[in-house]
Amino acid sequence: MIRAALKSLLGRKLRLLMSTFAIVLGVAFVAGTLIFSDTLNRSFTALFASTVGDVVVRPEGGTTADGAPSTVTIPASRLERLRAVDGAARVDGNVNAFGVFVVSDRGKVVSGFGPPAIGGNWSDAPAGHGLQGLSIVEGHAPQGREEVVLDERTAERAGYRVGDPVAIIPSTAIEGEPGTDLASLRLTPTLVGIAGFPGGGSLNGATYAAFDTPTAQDLFVDGEDAYTDVWVTAEDGVSQEQLRDRVAEVLPDGLEAVTGDDAADESASDLLQAISFLTTFLLIFAGISLVVGAFLIVNTFSILVAQRSRELALLRALGASKRQVTWSVQLEAFVLGVVGATVGLGLGVLLAMGIRALFANFGLDLSGQPLIFAPRTFVASYAVGVVVTMAAAWLPARRTGRIAPVQALRDDVALPESTLHRRMWVGAALVVVGLGVLWLGLFGDLPHGGWQTGGGILAILLGVAAASPVISRPFLALARAAFARIFGTVGNLAGQNSLRNPRRTAATASALMIGLALACTMAIVGDSAKASVDRSVEDNFVGDFVVSNVIGTGFTPAIGDRMQRVDGVDRIVRERFATAERDGDRQMVAAVDPGDVDRLELDLTDGDPMTAGSVLLQQSWADDHDLGVGADLELQMPAGKRTYVVAGTFDDNPVVVAPVLMSLDDFGEGGFPATDNVLILFTDDSAGIQQRLDEVVADLPIVTVKDQAEFAQEQREPIDQFVLMIFALLGLALVIAVLGIVNTLALSVIERTREVGLLRAIGLNRSQLRRMITLESVVIAVLGALLGVLLGIGFGIALMSAVRDQGLEVISVPYGQLAVFLLLSVVIGVLAAVFPARRAARLDVLRAIATE
Amino acid sequence: MIGAPPSSPPAARVRNLTKTYGAGQALVRALDDVSLDIGAGEFTAVMGPSGSGKSTLMHCCAALDRADSGEVLIGEQDITRLKDKALTRLRRDEIGFVFQSYNLVPTLTAEENIKLPMAIAGRRPDAEWYDDVIATVGLGDRLGHKPNELSGGQQQRVAVARALASRPRIVFADEPTGNLDSRSGAEVLELLRRSVDDYDQTIVMVTHDPVAAAYTDRVVFLADGRVVDELRDPTREQVLDVMNRMAEQAPEQIPTT
Repeated sequence: MIRAALKSLLGRKLRLLMSTFAIVLGVAFVAGTLIFSDTLNRSFTALFASTVGDVVVRPEGGTTADGAPSTVTIPASRLERLRAVDGAARVDGNVNAFGVFVVSDRGKVVSGFGPPAIGGNWSDAPAGHGLQGLSIVEGHAPQGREEVVLDERTAERAGYRVGDPVAIIPSTAIEGEPGTDLASLRLTPTLVGIAGFPGGGSLNGATYAAFDTPTAQDLFVDGEDAYTDVWVTAEDGVSQEQLRDRVAEVLPDGLEAVTGDDAADESASDLLQAISFLTTFLLIFAGISLVVGAFLIVNTFSILVAQRSRELALLRALGASKRQVTWSVQLEAFVLGVVGATVGLGLGVLLAMGIRALFANFGLDLSGQPLIFAPRTFVASYAVGVVVTMAAAWLPARRTGRIAPVQALRDDVALPESTLHRRMWVGAALVVVGLGVLWLGLFGDLPHGGWQTGGGILAILLGVAAASPVISRPFLALARAAFARIFGTVGNLAGQNSLRNPRRTAATASALMIGLALACTMAIVGDSAKASVDRSVEDNFVGDFVVSNVIGTGFTPAIGDRMQRVDGVDRIVRERFATAERDGDRQMVAAVDPGDVDRLELDLTDGDPMTAGSVLLQQSWADDHDLGVGADLELQMPAGKRTYVVAGTFDDNPVVVAPVLMSLDDFGEGGFPATDNVLILFTDDSAGIQQRLDEVVADLPIVTVKDQAEFAQEQREPIDQFVLMIFALLGLALVIAVLGIVNTLALSVIERTREVGLLRAIGLNRSQLRRMITLESVVIAVLGALLGVLLGIGFGIALMSAVRDQGLEVISVPYGQLAVFLLLSVVIGVLAAVFPARRAARLDVLRAIATE
Repeated sequence: MIGAPPSSPPAARVRNLTKTYGAGQALVRALDDVSLDIGAGEFTAVMGPSGSGKSTLMHCCAALDRADSGEVLIGEQDITRLKDKALTRLRRDEIGFVFQSYNLVPTLTAEENIKLPMAIAGRRPDAEWYDDVIATVGLGDRLGHKPNELSGGQQQRVAVARALASRPRIVFADEPTGNLDSRSGAEVLELLRRSVDDYDQTIVMVTHDPVAAAYTDRVVFLADGRVVDELRDPTREQVLDVMNRMAEQAPEQIPTT
C-alpha cells in the first residue's frame, strides 16, 4: 500500500512540484522570520551585553521611555562615594546623548532615522563580565574639542578616514544665541580614532561619535561636571548582584543601581519590541500564503484522486480497506509536506538573508552577526509544512473511502462528492460567524481586537470560498454566454468547461480571491489614510512653513533661533514631544510654549488655556481615560513622578501629535532634553522667503522646510511605502494563485486528453485550442478577482469605519486601482494558460484519442 | 492491383504505404507497401486480425498519423506532404470520424455536438442537408440532451451525424459498433448504409465483426501489413470463409515475422 502511494507520487513530479510551491513559500516565510528574529535577538543581546558595565548607576527612570538619555545627571562628586564601595574595581562616568548626527562626506546624514545617533564621551571601561567593550581599533582616543572617535561602520559609511574633518550636528548644541556664527551648528572635529568590537559585532546601524569627557559634558550636559550614567566594575569574585546591592546602599533617592545583565536585557527587549511588528507582519504573510496554498493542495489532490478513482477502486476490489485507501492519499500528502518544508527551510534561509540586507539598507546593520538556527525553527517549519498539507489533503482523501470496489469495472468513474447545497450552507454559516467575529474585533471593546479582526476576515474568506461553487454559477453562466457571443464555438466550449466542475473552478479562483481581497483592503486603507492625511493637513495646517523631519527626530533649538532671525519670519512655534509613562504604559506627551497655544488654533472644548503646571488634553483621549477639567494627571517623567492639573480639553488636531500637551518649561523640568521636534513658522509670505529659510538648513540635512503641500506630501510618503511593501508581499500570494490556475488547467487538460484529441481530430486547430484554454483560464482569474475585489471593498470600508474616531476620517476607495486589479486578473488568466495551453496543443492527436 | 469501379475517380488513393514501429528484433511492420483505392460513394470495410495494420491504415488515411513512406491522396491532395495547419483544415473540411468510444464532448448537447465541426470552421450547416441528417439519425426529441443522458447507441448515432453533417469527402469509422449491443449496432450500421445509398457518402469502416462487414459494398482483408484478399458485396458467410482461411494460413506465417 505504502509502495503504491509512493509510486504514484513519483509519477506526478511536475504537478506535485507546483502544489508544493505554496507550502514552500509559506514555510519559507515562517522559517525566514524565525531565523531573522533569532538572529536579531542574539545580535541585540550581544550588542547590549558589551555596552553595559557590571553595575549601572543611573537616575531612576534614567532614560526616557524611548531609551534616550534624559537631562537628569549624576554629579561627578558622586563617583568618589562609589569608588569607596567594597568590591568595586573601578568607576567610570559616561555622558551620552541621542540625536548626535554624523554627516557623511557627501552631505547626507549617516544612519537615516531608524537606529539612534549617539554622542558621548570616550571611555575605556570594560563592559560587564570583563567583556571587551567598544575599543579603539585604529588611531587613538580623542582629546580636546577638536578630536572625535567614530565607530567602524559609521566611519566607513560616511567615507571618513583617520585625519579627516568630520561633520557632526549635535541635537543638544548650546550655541544659538543671536550673533552666533551659522557654522557653529555643525561641529567639525578631526577623526583621530576608529572604535570597534574586537570580538566582532556591530552597533546594528546606530552611529556613535565620542569626544573626550570635558567636551562631551560641555556639549551634552550643559557643561556641568556630571554624567548621564556611571559604570561600576566588579572586582574578581564579586558577582553583579552583590555589587549592585552594595552600590544601592550608598545611593541617594533618585538614583538606582541595576546589574549589567538586567540593563542589557531591558535595552534589548525595548528595541526588539519596537521591531516586533515586523515579525508579526511576516508571520501574517506566512499564514496568508499557507491558507492560499491549502486551497491549491485541496484542489490538486481532488483532481489527482478523481483521476485515479478507478485505480483506487481497483485497490479496493483487490482487498484494500477504506482506511488503507484514505491513508495512502494522506501518506502522499505527508511526503509532499516534508519535501515542501525542506525546500521551504532552504528558501527561508535566503529570505532571512534578504531581510537582513533590507534592514542594512534602512540602517539596521546585522552583517556582523551570523544567522541563528534555533531548533524551534526546524520544528515549526516541518510542523507547519506537514500539518497544512495533510489537513488540506484530508478532504479529498476522505472522499476516496467512498469509492465502491465495483467501480473498478466501470468505464467512467465519478468520484462521489458532497452536495453543493451542503457546501453552500457551510459557507454561509462561516460567513455569518466571520461577520460577527469581525464586528467584535473592529467595534467591540476587546484587548486584542486584531485577532478577532483577522479571524473574522479569514472565516469570511473561507466561507465565501466554500460557497463559491454555488454563488459563482450566475457569473460562469454569464461568462459562457458572453464568450459564446464574442468567440463563437471556442468561447462556448471554454465557458462550458468552466461550468463543468464548478467546485474546481471556484476553488482555483478562491486562491486568487484571497490575495486580491487583501490587496484591495490594503489599497483602500492606504488610500483612505492618505486622504485623511490630506484632509487633516488641509484643515489644521497653521502657519506658513513647517520645519521637521519625517519621523519627528529632535534637532537642536539653534535651528529655530536661526530661523527667527531670517527676514520675514514673524514668529516661530516650537513643538517638542517625547514618551513618558502613565500607569506603566508608554504615553506620548507634547509641549509648546503656553503663549503659542492660541497660534496652533486649537478648539478648546472645555476649560481654560494652559499655564505652567497644567496640561491640555485631547478631547477623545480625555474621554477614554475619564479625565475632566480640574482632574490630576500623573505621569512618570524621566526626572520622576509629576502631577499635572488638567486645564482644558481640545478637539483632536494633528498639529499636536500627542494627546497630552504641556508647557515647554514643564517638559524640560520633567527631564526631557531641550530638542525641538517641529517648528511652525509664521511669515509675512514675502517673495523668496522659503529660499532664505532653506539656506539656514542647507548644511543641516537632518531637517527640511516645507510648505503645506510639501508637508502633506511628506506625511503621505510613509503610507505609500508601507502599502507598496504590503503589495510586494501580497504579490507572492498572487504568484501562488497563478500557479494554482496553471496547476488546475494542466490537470484538466490531462484529464480531458481524449476530448482534446477528439476536438483536434474534428478540425479544431492549435490556436483555437490554445484560445479555448486561455479563455477558461481568464474566466477563473476574473471570477477570483471579482470576488476578491468585492470582498476587499467590504473589508476595507469596515476597517476604515472602525478607525474613524482615531483621526482617519476619510474613507476613500481607489476605484481606478481596483479596476487595474481586475484588468490585471485578465492578464494573469492569459499568462496562467500559456503552459497548459501549449501542452494541450502539442498533444499527439492519435494518442490523445486512444487515451483512456 | 485492386481497382475501384471506373465510373468515378476514387475518393482516396493509397500508394506504397509503409509504416514500422520499433527497431531491430522488435521491429514491427504495421504497413508493408500497401496500395489501395477507396471508391467514391462506396461503403468499404477493412478487416483483419489484431495487429494486421487495419487501424494504422485508417489512421494514416485519416491524417491522424504519418506513414514512413508512400502516399495518401484524398481527392487529388497528397496528405503526406501537408503541415499541421493544412492537416487540421483537411480533417475539418474533408474528413469525418466515428470512433469506437463515441467521443462526444460531454459539455455540449447532442445537437451542439453534431454542429461542432462546422462551428469550429465558422460555417453554417446547409439547412436542408442538416435536416436530412437529423431525420436519418432518428434522434427526434433527444437532440437537446447531453451525451450522458443518451444510450450508447444514441451517442454513436450522434457521432455518425456529426461525421456526416459537414458533408465530408470521406468518413472513417473505427469499430463503430465495438461498444454496442447487436441491436444498437445494427441501427448504427443501417444508418451508415443508408447514408451511402441515399447520399453517395464514401465510408471506410474498420471492423472485425463479419456481421458489420456484411453491410458494406466491399471488404478489404489485411494481414501482416499487406492486403491479402478482397470481397465485393459480401455476405456474412463469405466473410467468415475468408477469415477462416486466413486463420489457417496464419501459423505458417509466424516464423517469418
